[in-house]
Amino acid sequence: MAFISSGYNPQKPMEGRITDIGPQKYDSMFPPVIAKNFGKWLYHEILEPGLLMHVAESGDKVYTVRCAGTRTMSITAVREVCDIADKYTDGYVRWTTRNNIEFITESLETAKALKDDLNSRKFAAGSNKFPVGGTGAGISNPVHTQGWLHCHTPATDSTGPVKVVMDTLFDEFKNMRLPAPVRISLACCINMCGAVHCSDIGLVGIHRKPPMIDHKWADKLCEIPLAVAACPMAAVRPTKVDFEGKKVNSIAIKEDRCMYCGNCYTMCPALPIADKEGDGIAIMVGGKVSNRMTFPKFSKVVVAYIPNEPPRWPTLTATVKKIVDTYAANARKYERLGDWAERVGWQDFFKLTGLTFTHHLIDDFRDPAYYTWRQSTQFKF
Amino acid sequence: MKFETPLLDQLEQGPWPSVVSDIKQEAAHRAANPNGLDYQIPQDCCEDLLGLLELSYKDMETHWKHGGIVGVFGYGGGVIGRYCDQPEMFPGVAHFHTIRVAQPSGKFYSTKFLRQLCDIWDLRGSGLTNMHGSTGDIVLIGTTTPQLEEIFYQLTHEMNNDLGGSGSNLRTPAACMGMSRCEYACYNTQDVCYQLTEDYQDELHRPAFPYKFKFKFDGCPNGCVCAMARSDFAVVGTWRDDIKIDQDAVKAYVGGEFVPNAGAHSGRDWGKFDIQAEVIDRCPTHCMSWDGQKLTIDNANCVRCMHCIDTMPRALHIGDDRGASVLCGAKAPVVDGAQMGSLLVPFVKVEQPYDELKEIIENIWDWWIEEGKNRERLGELMKRASFQKLLEVTNTEAEAFHVKEPRANPYIFFKEDEVPGGFKRDLADYRSRHQR
Repeated sequence: MAFISSGYNPQKPMEGRITDIGPQKYDSMFPPVIAKNFGKWLYHEILEPGLLMHVAESGDKVYTVRCAGTRTMSITAVREVCDIADKYTDGYVRWTTRNNIEFITESLETAKALKDDLNSRKFAAGSNKFPVGGTGAGISNPVHTQGWLHCHTPATDSTGPVKVVMDTLFDEFKNMRLPAPVRISLACCINMCGAVHCSDIGLVGIHRKPPMIDHKWADKLCEIPLAVAACPMAAVRPTKVDFEGKKVNSIAIKEDRCMYCGNCYTMCPALPIADKEGDGIAIMVGGKVSNRMTFPKFSKVVVAYIPNEPPRWPTLTATVKKIVDTYAANARKYERLGDWAERVGWQDFFKLTGLTFTHHLIDDFRDPAYYTWRQSTQFKF
Repeated sequence: MKFETPLLDQLEQGPWPSVVSDIKQEAAHRAANPNGLDYQIPQDCCEDLLGLLELSYKDMETHWKHGGIVGVFGYGGGVIGRYCDQPEMFPGVAHFHTIRVAQPSGKFYSTKFLRQLCDIWDLRGSGLTNMHGSTGDIVLIGTTTPQLEEIFYQLTHEMNNDLGGSGSNLRTPAACMGMSRCEYACYNTQDVCYQLTEDYQDELHRPAFPYKFKFKFDGCPNGCVCAMARSDFAVVGTWRDDIKIDQDAVKAYVGGEFVPNAGAHSGRDWGKFDIQAEVIDRCPTHCMSWDGQKLTIDNANCVRCMHCIDTMPRALHIGDDRGASVLCGAKAPVVDGAQMGSLLVPFVKVEQPYDELKEIIENIWDWWIEEGKNRERLGELMKRASFQKLLEVTNTEAEAFHVKEPRANPYIFFKEDEVPGGFKRDLADYRSRHQR
């Protein structure tokens, strides 16, 4: 490989340097019909799953075809998206906040042809490249993190569990037959880069063993006070230990206080926490971000731990499927998963889904925990 | 392929798009090298990545090392160092850094732009991306340190595009698609997002904060970018006047001419649309009525939850006196538990040059930079220092809308000047009335 210079001169890094310019202006790549009707939209309708129509005050109509893609996406796939956009939508395409791809056209005929085209594209091994759907009262593309593919703190993988969960729920991506939208998100650790804490179904990687302490490296690799300060449970303290005949500065962890959040590892690489048997996935349900009818709310943990079962996580997929099916069969129209669970009561949520309630599901983190205990004689036998 | 991947291969089955298939596709592209590129990072990096991932599927533990400080000159964010912990087995991903590329608000692209980015990443990176990262950036996954400045140079010189944020700084702000294709947008989410991103480039690129800080802009209370759940500073569209009603269109919904909820429920037979059960009775403040001919809304009691508008978008429209509410302090669990945004400003006109918003933001930053502990998000500082303190630093009067309910304990702080005579008292005077 011969190094190819871009024009950058490392001897003079400031020469001709361009910085602090930010992104492209948002309207610099608008399709003309979007630019024309900006701020003047009147109403919309989902004509069929994955196909939306938006009508402007001008009378203009645009048709949007929405499809999923892999969020972790190769440039070969991005170039294929470009080829499709060049062919059908004059070289314009957009992504949604949930990693869906949207193609916008003024012709219904084009939109329908595009929909068929997208649905026909398969990877060599058979999975869909760009399945159309993800609209209305269905399941949209999950938001997720990097997992074992590219993250240093995960307790589970991301693209793998998302793939197997969505294989199981694919019909709900392709249809609009649930009581309300169900948003699924996955974060591979409690850092929650994927912010799953307000999802209808949030899958979150958790550890179950306190970190190990690498006394040889702790003082060399870490600012020990930062690791101490990082612990929300005050379980981490500085200490001196005898290591290979020498007194060294290191760290001690009160194991019965640790809830394995991994914050200390984030600050100090000499505290590895990942563990084959300890790690897995918790399932949180009933969160939402919309203000529709009820306040936004956090997801609640309903399954404390499911082991990592790569490559296809059968316990996870079966459990998520059971939750979705029970919700679909019992909730009222427009009722989000959390609103349904609150209406029937969480007691009945466990009864109907058949999930087992365990002591792990009772909150014990700080003051808010108390407010979740039942301060009433009103309950069901 | 360099490695057998029997576990990953099982992720190629099933209908949902397979990332494994996609990475294999990229590996095959690089092996074939149809454009005759002199690849600037190992040509087989995608094959090594699959090998490494297969190993993680066996070990059930990640094989990426902790961090590593790399970046481009003059910036403290935008690049995240990443090294694998088995570099001898997988040299192609020994150094495999992430680059965050600032995305246009609303994520509208031309294929020209995307192809240009793909060309840079084909030559100088792994060819793998996230479209997009959770915060909103385009994420380029996997390159080596010597390529960072080269990629930055090409991005800025050839594409007029900057990096996004990472670390303890302003993270890349994000907005919903807003006015570009949504009738619910109460303000221009994309413009304020763009303008504030430009105005705060220094805060975005050069970490000077206790921890990360996120802006997100939702055009309406439906909250498609999750501003209230995910951003320290959430701007959520709303309006102050009346919901606009087209009575003929209401009748069309009742009569079955228009499909309710914009067709979102058409996959199941839910029976005939029942405006009483589906709209009137579901209104959280019961401020609507329907007499068979006319829909009436008691707007003074409307809390703008969007349900009626979402359900009958052709009949009901957001009001004309539009702006946004500001909510502060949302975050994911790390460190001290998840928090939802709390309402600070009920209504602000969101108009260029956005000085009113910027004043609130800068007052908050002054306070948080001064008082915030290392890795303490705004929400955690609000909990530690009190909501009253947030009101104080933003020069906001407390009002009943700030709370769901008043406090249930009498442990009240009074300011010294709120109490006649202040806190300095004369013990001798007290003892003149009370024996010890």
